[in-house]
Parts: sequence; C-alpha cells; structure tokens
Amino acid sequence: MQLDGIGIGHFLTVAACLFTIGIFGIFLNRKNVIVILMSVELMLLAVNINLVAFSAFTNDLVGQVFAMMVLTVAAAEAAIGLAIVVVYFRNRGSIAVEDINMMKG
Amino acid sequence: MIYKAIVFLPLFGAIIAGFFGRLLGARPSELITTGFLLIAAALSWVVFWNVGFGGETIKVPIARWIASGELDIAWSLRIDTLTAVMLVVVNTVSSLVHLYSIGYMHEDEHRQRFFAYLSLFTFAMLMLVTSDNLVQMFFGWEGVGLASYLLIGFWFKKPSANEAAMKAFIVNRVGDFGFALGIFGLFATFKTVQLDAVFAAAAGAVGKSITLLGYQFDLITALSLLLFMGAMGKSAQFLLHTWLPDAMEGPTPVSALIHAATMVTAGVFMVARLSPVFEHAPYALQIVTLVGAVTAFFAATVGLVQNDIKRVIAYSTCSQLGYMFVACGVGAYGAGIFHLFTHAFFKALLFLGAGSVIHAMHHEQDMRNMGGLAPKIRTTWAMMLIGTLALTGVGIPFTSIGFAGYFSKDAIIEAAYAAHTPGNYAFWLLVVAAIMTSFYSWRLMFLTFHGKTRAEPDTFKHAHESPMVMLVALFVLALGAVVAGFVFKAYFVGEAYKAFWGKALFEGPHNHIMHAMHEVPAWVVAAPFIAMVAGFGLSWLYYIAMPSLPEATARAFRPVYLFLLNKWYFDELYDAIFVRPAMWLGRALWKGGDGRVIDGTINGTADSVVWTTGRLNRLQTGYVYHYAFAMMIGVALIITAFMFYGGGLK
Repeated sequence: MQLDGIGIGHFLTVAACLFTIGIFGIFLNRKNVIVILMSVELMLLAVNINLVAFSAFTNDLVGQVFAMMVLTVAAAEAAIGLAIVVVYFRNRGSIAVEDINMMKG
Repeated sequence: MIYKAIVFLPLFGAIIAGFFGRLLGARPSELITTGFLLIAAALSWVVFWNVGFGGETIKVPIARWIASGELDIAWSLRIDTLTAVMLVVVNTVSSLVHLYSIGYMHEDEHRQRFFAYLSLFTFAMLMLVTSDNLVQMFFGWEGVGLASYLLIGFWFKKPSANEAAMKAFIVNRVGDFGFALGIFGLFATFKTVQLDAVFAAAAGAVGKSITLLGYQFDLITALSLLLFMGAMGKSAQFLLHTWLPDAMEGPTPVSALIHAATMVTAGVFMVARLSPVFEHAPYALQIVTLVGAVTAFFAATVGLVQNDIKRVIAYSTCSQLGYMFVACGVGAYGAGIFHLFTHAFFKALLFLGAGSVIHAMHHEQDMRNMGGLAPKIRTTWAMMLIGTLALTGVGIPFTSIGFAGYFSKDAIIEAAYAAHTPGNYAFWLLVVAAIMTSFYSWRLMFLTFHGKTRAEPDTFKHAHESPMVMLVALFVLALGAVVAGFVFKAYFVGEAYKAFWGKALFEGPHNHIMHAMHEVPAWVVAAPFIAMVAGFGLSWLYYIAMPSLPEATARAFRPVYLFLLNKWYFDELYDAIFVRPAMWLGRALWKGGDGRVIDGTINGTADSVVWTTGRLNRLQTGYVYHYAFAMMIGVALIITAFMFYGGGLK
C-alpha cells in the first residue's frame, strides 16, 4: 500500500503520541478512576494503530486480525473495569484515586 | 553386706525423705532417716570392733565407675582401722544429731527436706571415708560440700544464711581446686589413683622434680602441698577459715554435725589417709605444722571476744582443727585422729548443748542477753559443763584420769614439743592456745549460765528445758566426752598403737615421734594442765569475781580488742582483695561485655532490619499508578539497556 508522502514513520509517531498521552493520563490523573480506564483504552488503541500500520506496510493480514482481538479484549476490559468502579463506588462512596490505597504497606 | 549397709542406708533414707517426704509426712520421714542412721551407727561399732581390733584391711567392690585408657576407677569400700574410726565418729554423731533434730526442728515446716539433707550429708561423708581411690574420695569431698551448702542455706528466706552458704561453697572451691590439682598430679605421676598403688609408688617418687612455669619443684612436696590445700579449705585452716564462723547461720544440729564433728575433720582424715605420701615430703609436713599451729592460735584469739554463743564454739572448732593438723604435721597421725575422735564427741556435745540453750531462749544467740540460766535448764548446764571440761582437757597430770580432751590434746602438745620445731614455736603456740581455749570456754559457761541474768524478763521466765528426745543425744555424747579418752588412749596413741592402726597409718623410717612424745620432760606434760587452770582462773576473775573487768580491759586495749572482734579483719581484707575486684570484673563483663558488645551487636542487627524495612515500607504507597509508573520506568530502562548493549545478542 502506498500513500503519498505518508510513510510508516508517521503512523508510528501518532501511535507513540497516543501511547504517551495514555501514560500521562494514568500518572498525572489524581481525580477519577474512570480517567485511568479511558487512558488504558487510549494506550490499547495506540497499540492497535501500530499493529494495523505494520500489517498494511508488510502486506500481512495477521496484524489486522490481531487488532480485532485487541478491540474485543478492550471492550470486555472496559465493561469489567466500569463494573468494578461502580461496585467500588457503592461500597466506598468515592472513586477518587487518592482514596484507593488499601494496598499501602 | 554390713559395710554396704553402713554406707548406703543413709542414702536410702535421704532418697525416701527427700523424694517421698511430702507423701509420707514429716514424722515418718524423721523416723525413717533416724532409724536407718541408728542402725548404721550400731553396725559401725561392730565394724570398729572387728576391723579396729582385728587389724585387717577389708575391701568391698561395688561397681566399676570409670574406665578410660589408663584411668580405671572402681567404686569400692576400703575398711581399715582409720576408716572404722571415722565410721564410728560419723555415724554416731550423725544418728544423735538426727535424733536431736526431731526435737530441735519440730516447729519447722520443711523437716523432710532437713532430714533428707542430713542423711545425704552422712552418705557423702561415708563415701569420703570409705573411699579406696582418690576420685571416689573427691566425690565424697564434693558431696559433703554440697550438703554443707544446702544445710547452711536451709533457712533460705534469711539473706544472711544464703550468703553464708555461698561463702562456704566458694571458699571451699579454692581448697578443692588444689585438691583436684593434687589428684591430677598424682595420676600424671603414678598413672593410678588407687590408694594402695599410690602408696606403694610414693617412695619411688622421692627426689623427682616437676617443672612448672620455668620453676623446679620437688614433685612429692608440690603434690602434698596441693592436697593439703584441699584439706585447708575443708578444715577451715588459717587463710581459708573465713567460711566456718559464717556457717553458723545454719540450724544448730547442722553446726554440730557438719561444722564441728565430721565434715571439717575431713581434711585431717585426708592427711592421715595419705600419710604414706606426706611422710615422703618433710617440707610439706612442716607447712602442715605451721598452718595448724597458726590456726590454733589465731582462732583461739578471735574466740576470746565473740559474743554469739555459736561463733565462740565455731572458732573453738577452728582452733582444735589446728591442733589436729599440728599432730599430723609432726608425724603423730595417731594423736591427730585421736583428737578428731574425742573432739567429735565433746564439740558435738557443746554445739547441741548450745542448741538446747538457744531452744530454751527462743532463738536468742547473743551471750550478752543470757546469764543466770543454770537453775532454769539444769540438765543442759550439766551437759555443757561436761563438754567444757572435756574441751579444756581437765584431768590429773601424770595419771590416766581425765576427760577426753585431756588425753588427746595433751598428746598433741607433747608431740609438738617432741618434734622440736624451730624455737619450739608449735609447742608454745599450742600452749598459749590452750590457755585461751580454757578462757573462752569458761567465759561461755559463765556468761550463759552464771551471774545475774541479762535476758529479757519475759524470755527468761519462759526459758525451759529441752524435750527428752534432744537430751538423750546430749547424754550419749556426754558419755563419749567422758570416757572416749581413757578407754581408747592406749590404742590410738599408747603402747598398742602399732597393732591398732596396722597399715592404715604410715610412718617413715625416721619418724619416731610416737615414742618421743612419751619421753618429754615433766614440765611439758604439766604445761597443758597449767594452761587450763590459768585460763579458768582468768575467766573466773573476769566474769564472776569482777564483772566490770572485761569492759575495762576492752577499753584499755581498744585497738587489740577491735582487731580480735573483727576477726583480724580477714573478711574486710578478702573483701578488698578478692571480692570487690571480682565484683568489679563481673560487673564490667556484664554491663560492658555482655550488655554492650554482645547484646549491642545482636539487638543492633535486629534494629537495623526494622529500620530498613521501615524505609522500604514507604515505597509501598498503595496507589496503583505508582506501581505502574515504576513498571514503566523499569521497562524504559531495560529497553534502553537493550539498545545500548544489544541485549546480550552480540
């Protein structure tokens, strides 16, 4: 596949940017667990872009199939994650990140 | 069989009363131990008759004890005349003390324990005197030390009793250390600890020397002195005597049995038993004489001014032990053992009499709070009088009429003269000691029984005679104190002594003291009598005729009085030289060595672990994103490393 002036490097750059945004979304976020879930989704999507891009540039469909798998898992993960958040809110009345530190040593 | 019964009956008694005393109750325990002891005492007299006058040495093997290379030790009983004499002394006095204790201790809650200890002591003492080898003797030696410790500290709720018990044990350790070294040395030299083998080989070791720390010592002299060190500790001789007066913290029957009649004479017995070794070490024998004479003199001086009735008798014991050692030192072993034999009777009598007085006075021991007791306790007074007459050696010179001490003590004084020590110091010290013996003995009698009473009116009014069970013991001992001298004199030191002792006591070829002591000038024979009368006269003058005199004398010679009252300041001296530095060292090792170094290291290690984990703990914040962040950084670092170093794929 050939796109004018747009090479694999551009795709990878976009994916890397998205991934980094996801990471910062996790780390800099102090407020809400849902933001963390969203950031995780963002990182998964960045990975998907990588998979699809490599698949297109190497003419190998396996990558795109794998991307579909990742989407499925991401959907399931979002569902479970949100369910946990809901349950947690019911129990604790808060889903602020700084309140979730029961594992503190 | 009869020999085994004598030795082991007290052990059975001790086991029964000691382990099953609670089950049986106090009275059965008393009866069992006392009964066994009475049987043993009766059998001892039979043995004394058979062996002492039969003359042969009997050996009863019991069991093999230690077999390791050249060291082969068997338990066996050696019964010869010397042993037979000791059996009689130990079992007779012990059985009477058992009997007496039934009355004396009747208010005590721990009577079973008391009787178990008494019987245990008797067993250990019998083990000591019947030993056929030095290791068995050492077993008995330590056994009596243990029993002495237990009995001195019997009233364990009294701190002073505990301290006295520990003091006795520790001071004895010093002597026992020497004794143990002596046994080691004998084994190293002769490759055996069997008494017969050692005796046979001793003559061959004369003139050999031993090198220690670059110095040459005469072997047999060094060994004898080491063994004598053990005797000094056990028999409370000068320098190692400090424990004996303090041992009076124990119950009075214990003082009579252990610290007058039997255990403290173990040293004398040991020197006599090992006479075949000592006879080859004339230099060591001179030391024995010197120590004995100095002890006799020293203890008598201290006895002059003591106020505690038991302490006076304790110092008297110490002094009389000195006499016995002088006898052994000059080679008159028979005289030493004779005095041991008679002394056991009258000193036990005096102690038990003192116990009777204390019993009557409701545990008052200070003679300054007594006086005028004779009409109240007439029987005890009579018995004490007999004991005092025997101790001071009352008798008619140049005849065979007198109390027990008259024969034995005079024999020792004559032997000391016949030995011709330098300047005749031994003889003169003993004569001066005899004056003082007489003085303090009569002082005790006068202060306790005569004059106007100084007791509290209430105590005095309730002073009562002891029960029959106590008095019986006094009667028997008084009989011994009266007749033991003239009945046995001929056998112990007189014409028949060679046949009587047989091979039990050894005399070197140059030792003629047993003959020479009968050929001393008349004034020497009369000297103890004069000393005795002088002491009595002085005492009468001081405490009956002019009761103000003692105080005036004490004031006039105040430094001397204080010196004597404080027992020549030996306790203070030892406290400064040994006790304090030892305490200081112990404290330094405890606080510094143990506390700071060892505990510091271990606790420091533990503390540092706690500190480190505390720090590490803080890393675990509980925030998931912190963990994720750490993971991220880790991944980044690993990838970077892979990029720079090729991940080890080169």
